[in-house]
Amino acid sequence: MRIDCPYCGGRDVSEFVYGGDATKVRPETGELEGGDVREVSDGLRKLFYEYVYVRDNPRGDHEEHWYHAGGCRSWLRVCRNTATHEVKWVKSEAGD
Amino acid sequence: MRYSAFSLFKNALLGHKHWGRAWGGVDLKDRYDVVIVGGGGHGLACAYYLSKHHNVGKIAVLEKGWIGSGNVGRNTTIIRSNYMLEGNIPFYELSMKLWEGLESDINFNAMVSQRGVLNLCHSDAQYDAFCRRGNAMRVHGVDSEILDVDGVLKLVPELEVENARFCVKGGLFQPRGGTVRHDAVAWGYARAASRRGVDIIENCEVLGFLRDSAGCVEGVETSLGLVKTGKVGLCVAGNSSRLADMVDVKLPLESHVLQAFVTESVKPLLDTVLTFGAGHLYISQSDKGSLVFGGDLDGYNSYAQRGSLPLVEHIAEDAMAILPMLGRLRILRSWGGIMDMSMDGSPVMDRMPVEGIYINTGWCYGGFKAVPAAGWCFAHLLAKGESHDASKAYRWDRFERGFMIDEKGVGARPASH
Repeated sequence: MRIDCPYCGGRDVSEFVYGGDATKVRPETGELEGGDVREVSDGLRKLFYEYVYVRDNPRGDHEEHWYHAGGCRSWLRVCRNTATHEVKWVKSEAGD
Repeated sequence: MRYSAFSLFKNALLGHKHWGRAWGGVDLKDRYDVVIVGGGGHGLACAYYLSKHHNVGKIAVLEKGWIGSGNVGRNTTIIRSNYMLEGNIPFYELSMKLWEGLESDINFNAMVSQRGVLNLCHSDAQYDAFCRRGNAMRVHGVDSEILDVDGVLKLVPELEVENARFCVKGGLFQPRGGTVRHDAVAWGYARAASRRGVDIIENCEVLGFLRDSAGCVEGVETSLGLVKTGKVGLCVAGNSSRLADMVDVKLPLESHVLQAFVTESVKPLLDTVLTFGAGHLYISQSDKGSLVFGGDLDGYNSYAQRGSLPLVEHIAEDAMAILPMLGRLRILRSWGGIMDMSMDGSPVMDRMPVEGIYINTGWCYGGFKAVPAAGWCFAHLLAKGESHDASKAYRWDRFERGFMIDEKGVGARPASH
């Protein structure tokens, strides 16, 4: 498997470190500002449970983080097919 | 036909032309009391124990490929119960006890070989951790021995103990651990279940679930047609998320590929199971003489039953680091299986949020050794609707409640367990 790094070009997968499902976004924790962490609401608890533990785990296209450790050390967002390992697209996480 | 020395003798005289079919050969019926999805080790063991110990009526096992085509035929055949945490030890010890009585129970030679499992340690801290684990095992009535370097060398004289990076400081040995012929486990359970009236249907893929107006399951849609049933058990390992998705449930799981390898056959050189944790390698020698070994996951989500080449190189290097004399051996085959990697490295055996569907998943790469106990406990859950004592820790609300069973202590990183 090869990943097309937007900065370095196509490189072997062994240069990259996997960073997991990229569709998971850390829930907003505004309600905790200045409060007691132990009094977190059930709603927020549920959101964090889903963020930390629950995965779509699709057979097919999967958006995921990869870190180009053996190259430019950028975090990348990659869309890859988990059944065929075909890489559909690669973007920089920096968004440029 | 019951297999025995007499049946072997009789069939040998008749030219082996009259052995009966071991399982299957039945058509899918319209209705079953229990449908088990997945004809791997777990599904077949569950069907067998369900038919033997629980009165649940007609049972079917639906397998999308053929019996033995999934992870039950893709593992490195190791059995052990050297766990440390409270929720795990009783379960894996139950599994070990069932392995010990398996062959006479199912009347099939599964080649259960208790040749011992040796874990190597490479630092004083790791030695201490192994002592703690060994003690935890003994407290729970599981056999364990702590070995020094001489003790390790007595078991595996070929070992490279003075490796500059990972010199061997000792080991934790479980004498009752060992290997089992994995295909024979699938065949043996399939035959035993079949003999008790379980319908084993191969090449039958589940495409969806039928639900009534209240949302309860009332049937399964398969590639061979509709089947009515009120109770479904899922034993589908790496495909768990796909089946759960059919009823809109998301699981705390990722699917990852794990590779295994087998070399050409050589004369006896390794008569125990050796694990090299620092490099993540486990190796044993099959009765044919081939060395069977495996290592780490490829490390990224995968549903492809084949691995990547960088890992082949890495695992071969691990093998060379600890047993340098393997360098001249040729690898005959390598293959991959899809692991249901859970978020804490421990399994889930529980009801689904959909009434009538039960799930047995999250076995990571410990699924093979768990086959008998998983079948035993899942049968209990399916029949009685409540967890067996040995598997009561494997509820999936533990993630939400914060009661992980994380043997390795690496957190919610499935690829690292």
